[in-house]
Order: sequence, then structure tokens, then C-alpha cells
Amino acid sequence: MGQFIDGPLWTFSLSVFVLGVIWRVVTILIAGNRSDLATAKGSAGKGAIRTVFSRFVPERTVATRGRIQLIAGYLFHLGLLALLFFAKPHVDFIAERITGLSWSAMPHWAFIVSAEAAFIGLILLWLHRVLNPVTRLLSDLDDHVGSILVFLVMLTGCLALAQAFEPLRLIHLLLAELLLIYFPFSKLMHAFTFVMSRGYTGATMGRKGINA
Amino acid sequence: MSEKFEQGVQALRQQIDARISSYFSSCVHCGLCAEACLFYTETNNPRFTPIHKLEPMKKLWRREYTFWGKLGAAFGLGQSLTEDDFAEWETLVYDSCTLCGRCSMICPVGNDITYMIRKQREGFSVAGYAPDGMKEATRRALKIGSPMGVTYKTLKAALAHVEKDTGMTIPVDKQGADYMTLFSSMEIVNFPEYIESIARIFDAAGVSWTISSKAFEATNSGIQIGNKEAAAELVNRVVIAAEKLGIKTVISPECGHAYTAIRWEGPNLIGRKYPFEVIHILELLDQLKKEGRLQLEYKDSIPMTLHDPCQIVRRGGVVKQPRDLLNSVAEHFTEMKDHGVMNWCCGGGGGVSANERAEPLRLQVFNRKKSQLDELGVNTLVTACANCRIILEEGLEHNEMDTEVISLTELIADHLVKDESNA
Repeated sequence: MGQFIDGPLWTFSLSVFVLGVIWRVVTILIAGNRSDLATAKGSAGKGAIRTVFSRFVPERTVATRGRIQLIAGYLFHLGLLALLFFAKPHVDFIAERITGLSWSAMPHWAFIVSAEAAFIGLILLWLHRVLNPVTRLLSDLDDHVGSILVFLVMLTGCLALAQAFEPLRLIHLLLAELLLIYFPFSKLMHAFTFVMSRGYTGATMGRKGINA
Repeated sequence: MSEKFEQGVQALRQQIDARISSYFSSCVHCGLCAEACLFYTETNNPRFTPIHKLEPMKKLWRREYTFWGKLGAAFGLGQSLTEDDFAEWETLVYDSCTLCGRCSMICPVGNDITYMIRKQREGFSVAGYAPDGMKEATRRALKIGSPMGVTYKTLKAALAHVEKDTGMTIPVDKQGADYMTLFSSMEIVNFPEYIESIARIFDAAGVSWTISSKAFEATNSGIQIGNKEAAAELVNRVVIAAEKLGIKTVISPECGHAYTAIRWEGPNLIGRKYPFEVIHILELLDQLKKEGRLQLEYKDSIPMTLHDPCQIVRRGGVVKQPRDLLNSVAEHFTEMKDHGVMNWCCGGGGGVSANERAEPLRLQVFNRKKSQLDELGVNTLVTACANCRIILEEGLEHNEMDTEVISLTELIADHLVKDESNA
């Protein structure tokens, strides 16, 4: 079982993830956009690039009325990215199994801070999702499945590292593989498509000479 | 399933482009768009969350564009778009959205939710699920030439008054004029002083201009209801008239969505570029001032603030010009806390003002503007949209507020350097 999780299932899940993400992005692109015939005031390209980055900085409405989502969102995303790319076992795994490239892992104290930030952020976001009337109305099964899968992957990963126990590592890997398979068919795709949605809006607004 | 419903679904299907696909793919249901929408902030009703107003279109997208939707459809599972969805969402799509675009400015994944709602209205209007007031306005616009039933005779009478009051001759159908100006019906009927103002300004600045007797109406009900054929027909009337007169530039009036219609959506609606330019009246005034052709005298000492019309500023890109113009005639111009591209809507844009059943909700959400004005403590509100102006006046009246609403173009005209030849 361990060999299956470590071998064929890993290859399969990574393939589904890569091909699935490409397929999703391509299906969006081939839906096409009509060319805009109105004379532009500004640059679409510059507008697109500006918006891709400017939306990382919260507007005042978000910073005041949406501060729970803002703080929790940043805690979760930054914590998760730090864990994903700089936790020692991940750095080794990526070097050995994916890219062959290695970089410095973060120290143990940074791992603890990142894990705490990611857990606090994710739990707060999920609580907000189920308790706030707006997000409760909007949320569907996909939102909950995605949140729970990510939570379980993070939890088993931390336990595996703390206990250094092989079955825990395998459970963590199995859940990560399920997450990779689920990813292209879910809202988790926003990790890639946000560049497109921000870009499209930024380009349209950029043509009008608006900083969006 | 009715034929109209099927046509509505087909119209909706045609709107799903790469932009909309990327928007639905990116939305993580964070709900932040609600916090930017005055229909939510003033009611706390989660149904008014902007992205929730797009459930019908999302249902279609999920069914036909996603893995799970297609899989479900193959096994007869999952939900299809129904006529009940159109019926249930009609008020959300038309009564509780002014297409103001504030939600589009704050969405963390960058979704232009307003663009999506504008597109969703195309399906709703084809299916017949649109407010009677907007349907009537569109019918009048196509048949008579104006959503308020204003004919050239009405305009001619208003022009005669202006000519009598100013002693000027208003140029009509002047071949080869540099500029052709448009008006909104609301300006002709409710604020004819706007016509007098531009006549005086253009005379003082030596602008070569004209009005077309065939196409003077700028209001485009087709854009508001979401009927691209009607919208294209209304734009085309202006384009044909401008081409016949050999106009270099068409001037969009103070009306907000008229600017969106003629400047930004127009060429795409008729499927070709214009052989002339389009400029908003505020852009032209600012340009004339910078060229030294607009001589203004003295500054008003009373404190003033600016209400940014959404379609001109946030969705149109005319942000700096109104500020520069107002600063040139007002000694104490103070901005509201949320201003410019983040200003709050008056509550009556996007056809809401033509939708009678939306009036109680519109007056309720006016509380946002009231709070802004109360916080600032300024009693003179300058704006540059006839629709905003009437909605603001109604809201102020409803709340018994002692605030005066002034048109920026009229304010500029009042500050023209007095010249005996202009008298």
C-alpha cells in the first residue's frame, strides 16, 4: 500500500493535477473574448499587470468592513505557501521527486509560525463561511470539501513531521494526492485563474484609463 | 418550457465568454463584494450580495462548462436553469443593482461582477423577465426616439427658450461642425438650464458645434435593460447623424450611462469603429480650460463636495477632470471619504430610476449617500449626471435634508468671465 501511495498514485495524481489545470485554463481561453472596438484611453496590457498585483493590497472597504476575511485570508495563504515551499520535508521531496532543484528550508521556528498562521487562517475562514449570513448563502459543497481537504492535508503533515512516523507520512501523502486530483475540478483552481480574472478586468479598465 | 425562456437561455449562453468563465472559476464565495454594495450595506440582506445576483448565469455555466456539471447532466443529475430562476432573480438583477461597479473594484480575484450582471440582463430581457418601466422606456426610445417620449419638437421648444433668454442662435444640423452634442431626456425636460449652459460656454470658447434634429438623445435604455439589439439601434442613430453632418467629435452629456453607451459600448454594439471621436462634456470643458479658451472668474466661497457619477468616473475613467474643474470655481471643495472610483452610487443608476417598483428600496439605500453627506457636513453637492441629480434631489427631499444639488457644467457656465458680447 505504501509503495502504491509513494509510487503510481503519486505519478497519477500529479499528472491529473498538471493536465487538469492546463485543461481548465485552455477551456477558459477558448471561450474567447471579442476585441474591443472602442478607442482606448490607456494601455490594456499595463492595466492587466497593474490589477494582477494591485488587488493584493486591500481597498479601504475591504480593510474595514471585510477585515476578518482579509486577515484570515492572508494568514492562511501566506502560511500555506510557506509550508508548501519551505518546510524541510517538502523542499527535499520537491528536489527528489519533481524538479531536482533544491533551496534552503525554513528553520523549525518558522515552520511552527507558518503552520499556526495557516491553521488559524483556515479555521477562521471556514467559521466565517458557516456563520456569516452572506458566505453561508453563497457557499456550496465544493467550498467545504476544498476547505476540509486542505485542513486534513495540513494536519497530517504537521503530525507526520512532529511524530516522524512513517504511516502518518503516508496518510499525509495520500491526502495530498487526493487534493491534487480534486484540485482541477474545484474552486481551488482560483490559485491559477485569479491571474486571468484580475488580468481581464485590469485590461478592460486599463483601456478606459482607470486604475482598478 | 416557453419559447421565450429558451431564447433567454440561449441569449445567456452567448454571453459566457473567457472573461465570465474566468470570473466564475475564480470566485471563492468570500462575500466581500457584499461589503462594497450599498444594497447590502443598507439592508443587511445577504440576497443583495452582488455575486449572488448571478446565480442563474452561474447555474448555466456550471451545467455546461464544468466537469461536475457535465457529468451530472450526462446522468440526469444536478440542476438545470429553470424559468422559476428567471422569475425569482428578476428583482435582484434589475431592482437591486445599479451597475455602479463598486463591487468590481474590490473583488480579491478581480471579478468584474458588474460586467457579468450587465451580460446576465441580456438573457433576462430576451426571456421577458425585466421590469415594466424599463421595457416601456426601451419601447419609447425605439419608437419615439427617447425613453421619456421627448421628441425633436420638445427640444425645439426648449431651444427657443434658450435663444430667447440668451439672444444666441443654437446651431441645429450645421454641416461640418467640429462637435455634435447630445442630451439626455432628463436634461431637456428637467434641467433645460444645462442646454443654456453649454450654449454660453461654447459661445465664449468659440467652439464650432451643432445639435442634430435626427439624433439628439444620448440616453440608451437598451444598455440598461440588457437588449443589445435595441442598444445598437440607439447608438447607430447617433453614428449615422454624426457621419451625415461630417462631425469630428460627438459630445456625451452629463448623463452617466449615456457615456458608457456611446463611448465604450457603442462601437462594439454596432460592430465597427467610429469615424469620429467621443468626448464627455467634462473632458471637453477641462480641455478648453487648459487651452485657455475657457475664462473663468472668481471662486465660490461656500463649501462644496462632489458626487461622482459611477458610469463617468468609476466605469468611464473621467476622474481627474471634474476635480480640476470644480477646484477652479470652488474655494472650499472637500471630498467625501469614499470618492473618485470608490464613491458610493446615488442608488438610481442602471435603469433603477426607470423601475417604479424599485423606488422604496432605492430610497432605503440612499441612506449611504445621506451618511456620507452627514459625515462631511457640506450642504452643496455638485454632480455631473442628470439621472444622479434627480435621484439625489429625491433622496434629499425624502430625508428632509437641506442640501443643494448643482450641475458641474452649469456651475462652470455661471463662472464664465462676463463679456458684453456674451450678454
